[in-house]
Amino acid sequence: MTAHGPFSPRDWVSQPPYVWPDYKSTVLRGPTKPLIPLKQTLSEMTGPVYGHECVGPLDHDMTKNARVNGEPLGERIVVAGRVLDEDGKPLPNTLLEVWQANAAGRYIHKNDQHDAPLDPNFRGSGRCVTDGDGRYKFYSIKPGAYPWGNHPNGWRPNHIHFSLFGPSFVTRLVTQMYFPGDPLLDLDPIYKSSPEGRRELMVSNFDLDVTEPEFALGYIFDIVLRGRNATPTQE
Amino acid sequence: MSLKQTPSQTVGPYFAYGLTPEQYGYDFNELAGGRLVDDETEGERIHIVGRVLDGEGNAVDDAMIEIWQADAQGRYAHPADPRGSNLAFKGFGRYGTGTDPELRFMFDTIKPGSVDGQAPHITMCVMCRGMLSHAFTRIYFSDEANGDDAVLATVPEDRRATLIAEREETPAGIVYRFDVHLQGGKETVFFDL
Repeated sequence: MTAHGPFSPRDWVSQPPYVWPDYKSTVLRGPTKPLIPLKQTLSEMTGPVYGHECVGPLDHDMTKNARVNGEPLGERIVVAGRVLDEDGKPLPNTLLEVWQANAAGRYIHKNDQHDAPLDPNFRGSGRCVTDGDGRYKFYSIKPGAYPWGNHPNGWRPNHIHFSLFGPSFVTRLVTQMYFPGDPLLDLDPIYKSSPEGRRELMVSNFDLDVTEPEFALGYIFDIVLRGRNATPTQE
Repeated sequence: MSLKQTPSQTVGPYFAYGLTPEQYGYDFNELAGGRLVDDETEGERIHIVGRVLDGEGNAVDDAMIEIWQADAQGRYAHPADPRGSNLAFKGFGRYGTGTDPELRFMFDTIKPGSVDGQAPHITMCVMCRGMLSHAFTRIYFSDEANGDDAVLATVPEDRRATLIAEREETPAGIVYRFDVHLQGGKETVFFDL
């Protein structure tokens, strides 16, 4: 399946299939008919533009942006990286929206029934924007693992959700960042929905240079969005 | 291409306090919601309303719908639009299906103008728990001349109806109904953009 136009197609080797039976909810929710190729028009070459103007002063710091009477509990982390396209070109002024569970593995979402404590000083959502070199950075608390009903004794590995638009609507990406060495990764059908050799792109690297002394452990997570075709593609 | 695309993962069931916080009542400002217009916006006011249905016909209560559209003159608020952006109308909306008792998504917007000779349309991005990758579709309008549209022409004729929102005149204004069928005989046409 080939998309046509200035933006390279979705790479369906990296990208998970719609129906992936090990992740049970996909069975009734994943589209089953082949996608119809669409030659990119102005509708696809454009997309929502959000930059620095939509990011508040504490949006990039989840250790501070929901404090009520103290600091949130857990291990402070700093997550940094670059947003690039497939040619390695940095994408400046690109918005990242992030959300996650707290240190105990509990989401503040009203539907999360997991019997782990909420943290009154932690909401777990924020946003940041890349600089001129495509670099971003935000602060948070390392999210905990939490159980889910997909299969007996199923647990999601620690992860942070990311949402990006990139330069057009076709470069849209929603993904999850995982942590190195997590024993739950090999048991997680969501992580494993992308094949070996590609799924590892979602695992951050611990980095001592990003780590801030006496303050927070550092992780690097680079994100690669769809690039631009070098020449117009032929049918 | 020297790098490989980062794989997509599901938006999961708990996106609301990050992506649609005001709609769901969380204390965090949201980028965009269901209302794309203000009092100044030019164009025909419309409501777009629909549900997301799974393979058994049940409405999905944790889907997130995004729409991207041109203004009434068919211009996009984006630098790639050669006619210049119209910043008075951003053209982006986002709505979760978990707050309406009937699990509908609802947008207050304007009918977009034609873009480069295409029939007026809105690009939609569908995501939910249980979708590992998002899916793109288009909303067309039942009262427009859709017969000449080059994209619709690539869609098998018996599936085109899944892309056309039906216009209804109601006391609350003009409503276009657009249900998204993730699977089944009426599966919505999704595009590889």
